[in-house]
Amino acid sequence: MKKYLCVFYCVMVLFTILAACTSSDQSTVATDGSTSMEKVMGFLSEGYMAENPDTKITFNPTGSAAGIRAASEGRCDIGLSSRDLEDEEKAELNATVVAIDGIAIIVNPENPVTGLSIEQIAALYKGEVTNWSEVGGADAPVVLIGREAASGTRDGFESITATKDLCKYSQELTSTGDVVQTVASNPNAIGYASVASVRETVKQISVEGVAPTTETIQNGTYKVQRSFIFVTKKNAELTDAAKEFFDFATSEAADDLIIKAGAVPVSR
Amino acid sequence: MRRIKKTANFIEKAMNTIFTSCGFLAVFFVILITGFLLTSGIPAIGKIGIYDFLFGTEWTPTSATASYGILPFILTSVYGTLGAIIIGVPLGLMCAIFISKMANPKIAKTVRASVDLLSGIPSVVYGLVGMIIIVPLVRKAFNLPDGANLFSAIIVLTVMILPSVISVSETAIRAVPKEYEEASLALGATKTETVFKVIVPAAKSGILTSVALGIGRSIGEAMAVMMVSGNVANMPGLFKSVRFLTTAVASEMSYSSGLHREVLFSIALVLFVFILIINLLLNLMVKKDKR
Repeated sequence: MKKYLCVFYCVMVLFTILAACTSSDQSTVATDGSTSMEKVMGFLSEGYMAENPDTKITFNPTGSAAGIRAASEGRCDIGLSSRDLEDEEKAELNATVVAIDGIAIIVNPENPVTGLSIEQIAALYKGEVTNWSEVGGADAPVVLIGREAASGTRDGFESITATKDLCKYSQELTSTGDVVQTVASNPNAIGYASVASVRETVKQISVEGVAPTTETIQNGTYKVQRSFIFVTKKNAELTDAAKEFFDFATSEAADDLIIKAGAVPVSR
Repeated sequence: MRRIKKTANFIEKAMNTIFTSCGFLAVFFVILITGFLLTSGIPAIGKIGIYDFLFGTEWTPTSATASYGILPFILTSVYGTLGAIIIGVPLGLMCAIFISKMANPKIAKTVRASVDLLSGIPSVVYGLVGMIIIVPLVRKAFNLPDGANLFSAIIVLTVMILPSVISVSETAIRAVPKEYEEASLALGATKTETVFKVIVPAAKSGILTSVALGIGRSIGEAMAVMMVSGNVANMPGLFKSVRFLTTAVASEMSYSSGLHREVLFSIALVLFVFILIINLLLNLMVKKDKR
């Protein structure tokens, strides 16, 4: 028993030492930003590293605002943002859309409502409309499901529907999966979640008469969507490795990876 | 011979050092955590003002005019814990009495085994079960639009504190000398009278300890209540969506920055002070018992 324990320790120590050795000819591309882009970045960097084993791509999920700041201060190669740049940020930073994420408006399958306008959605979330019968549903109270204050999805949803800080949520959940689960189990609930994460247990409704599909998201007719953006500095050159990854992620070759990650590629 | 003794001495000394350093490791971590919470939690309280922080009722950290009042969280944590104790302690106490005094040994063994198992279930599983079973059940039973509220959280917390309440009270009840019980029965008291008038008063301090443990567990619980309480920063109401101190920290930590982040540390500090007070009370009780 003692012997095994000793061998085990030796192996652990060996691993720790080996972990410190990385081949010196490896170059690193540091990305920093939006937590909503985690999945897309995961697929993109895995796909890229499979073909370019000498490049290591790191992802630091700090949130869109922090990612933009990191890019402008030069603390990372590429900043990641799931919101558009503000005008003052545009002065010194370039934004390149890598992928588009549709935000699905979901209700319980028992709910007869099949579509809403953006105004109706805003009225529901602001608490101006509190009964489903006012928007063509059954006579039942509306239960508003949302995300926690700092969520990227919430930020996207609230800025598109112009309901920032006005939403009267009855639940603020911390993950997309929780939102889907809660809407699936409550016949009066309405929620929002990234299109990629929506399951058959809930019903996606159309917004302004347009259902969220790859096409409608790509051509912009489905309004509740946001862009996943690479943020780079205007007056600074990317390193060779970063440039190559940047070109890869914005090329057609990345489309399949982006679809696999559940987002929609940009139309070219 | 001498050499053997020398080696033995050396090993003794070495082991002694190792034991001592391991012993101080726990102290080190307590000091580290306390120091960390104090240094990272106090500045934000200073910036907001202690009154606005502890007694403010508005929590809007991301809006343009941010306000950081955590009274809703404090009250929710207090109410939730109180509710769980009020329901959980009588239930747990009766269960402990059943196991130690009423049940035949075979059944008692089964019940005890399942209580032990209950205490080993991870809190996220309690949360999951609560979210999928209790929340819809509460919604239907009380005809509410939404079942994620303080009441559901209290139910989940009650189930979570049961194991510690049961096992600690059971130990306390077992420690009551057999003679007390026999004397009471010999005097003609029924079994029920004996339990409530003799055994429970004799085991009082152990039972109080179990209550304190239950309070500690339920006030510190984050994962399970996050999944069933709705997480909106409302002032608490039994059927309102509420947010606890723990979930306020856990749900926003990953995204927050600047003052918002510092305030989350301050909330953790408040929670830490609560736990400290509970621990102090617990120690006082144990000491009183020994006397």
